[in-house]
Amino acid sequence: MKILVPVKRVLDYNVKPRVKSDGTGVDLANVKMSMNPFDEIGVEEAIRLREKGVATEIIAVSVGPAKAQETLRTALAMGADRAILVQTDDAVEPLALAKIFKAIADAEQPGLVILGKQAIDDDNNQTGQMLAALTGWAQGTFASAVNVDGDSVNVTREVDGGLETVKLKLPAIVTTDLRLNEPRYASLPNIMKAKSKPLDTKTPADYGVDTAPRVKVVKVSEPPVRSAGVKVADVDELVAKLKAMGVHS
Amino acid sequence: MKTLVWVEHDGKAVKDATLAVVTAASKLGEVHLLVAGSGVDAVAKDAAQIAGVGKVHVADNAAFAHNLPENIAPLVAELMGSHDAFLAPATTTGKNIAPRVAALLDVMQISEILSVEGPKTFTRPIYAGNAIATVESSDAKLVLTVRGTAFDKAATSGGSGTVEAVGAGSDAGISSFVGAEIAKSERPELTSAKIIVSGGRALGSSEKYQEVIVPLADKLNAALGASRAAVDAGYVPNDYQVGQTGKIVAPQVYFAIGISGAIQHLAGMKDSKTIVAINKDEDAPIFQVADFGLVADLFNAVPELTGKI
Repeated sequence: MKILVPVKRVLDYNVKPRVKSDGTGVDLANVKMSMNPFDEIGVEEAIRLREKGVATEIIAVSVGPAKAQETLRTALAMGADRAILVQTDDAVEPLALAKIFKAIADAEQPGLVILGKQAIDDDNNQTGQMLAALTGWAQGTFASAVNVDGDSVNVTREVDGGLETVKLKLPAIVTTDLRLNEPRYASLPNIMKAKSKPLDTKTPADYGVDTAPRVKVVKVSEPPVRSAGVKVADVDELVAKLKAMGVHS
Repeated sequence: MKTLVWVEHDGKAVKDATLAVVTAASKLGEVHLLVAGSGVDAVAKDAAQIAGVGKVHVADNAAFAHNLPENIAPLVAELMGSHDAFLAPATTTGKNIAPRVAALLDVMQISEILSVEGPKTFTRPIYAGNAIATVESSDAKLVLTVRGTAFDKAATSGGSGTVEAVGAGSDAGISSFVGAEIAKSERPELTSAKIIVSGGRALGSSEKYQEVIVPLADKLNAALGASRAAVDAGYVPNDYQVGQTGKIVAPQVYFAIGISGAIQHLAGMKDSKTIVAINKDEDAPIFQVADFGLVADLFNAVPELTGKI
């Protein structure tokens, strides 16, 4: 079966986001961008399923600016077979993303779509669930284990307080959580090889999807600043402060 | 505005996360609840007691027993024919269901709201709380998830909601519940703990984590956390990780022990009410956010603290 893996280009997780002084958003000029870490886990999982003989082809897809090609090349260097860039300079909301992925799923007929549980920029945590609604497929979100068995997949999910396993009929949607796997680094030969793998460029209009935002960003501001408190001299002073707050055994 | 609040429960009692959602919903208008599950009469009765609740819709069906979104989202979408806003807690259950409902309604969800600024305007964290966005929906209906730590909990008594059975419901037949391993430990879970004790790279080994961090957590009945560096070094499992790519927490008291305070980590814990940092490097960035900072060797200070607290 084919596996579709959406990947997003985001501000690198090690870079401190800076709110623009005009309050319109976070400054993304001249900062390091990388693949969303949860999407990287998705690419890795798809590759592992191909290595197990479950998947035959992995298609990475990204919706974003021309530079999102770099993110797709990273996915190709990790091991994806081909890529689709749905090019747009506009910010695309999860609902419109899900509509684009639905159209691609209709065309490609994957057995699984593996998405990151959320992107670390907008933190929406919606696209996978929305794609599941639009396709009418089952969803295994926040996955820490994925086991394909015939025409179904068992997904172990990280839920508050522990783990839960659900059995989903294929095709299905999986969203990744941190514990699913540890993504590989692309080797230099694979990075070179990725340059010649096929990458199609499309637009949202090619899929008939209107990406006009439904939610208007009124402003983006810095979170309330936390002021540094006091330094205590020793453990006794710390114990006294904590006890004064009602913290004790 | 008529709101519909998803009641999170364990089949026996309403979970706390629901109460903050009721408070958020009451800022928008009339509060109706949805209790879905199998054999949930008692939960529905409890839910009707929550202060400020108007109607409690009860959907009792085996298909709803395990919160499978494939079965529940169509039920909610149908009920949304007569409601204007759907609100769920931003828990793993709420996050699993709400976007599926939103897409069925062709609505763009607003996730993890921190405040209600107007009938369609909310604040929410982006970049793991490193920025706060004020956003306004243009959709006809609202679908929201609510960050529990951002709203007061509604009182669990004093309400007089009316209980009404709804929706026959059916099994979509594409998913089933296999099993769960819910941690049975006495220890509270990371995302809802009142106190968290977290250890970092400075511990040096998993043995030292067990020796130094665990006894303090035991004494305070606290949850255990760790920085990404400690997780990457293999001191503790991944699910201990607090930070941008781990768990976002906001306990009453957060102990950061031997944690330098990388952006990654701060993003996950800086909304804690009180932060206590113990680190031997007085220039560590963690001290810039700590309410109480102790510059000391953690291997001496933490056992002493455990002994005296």
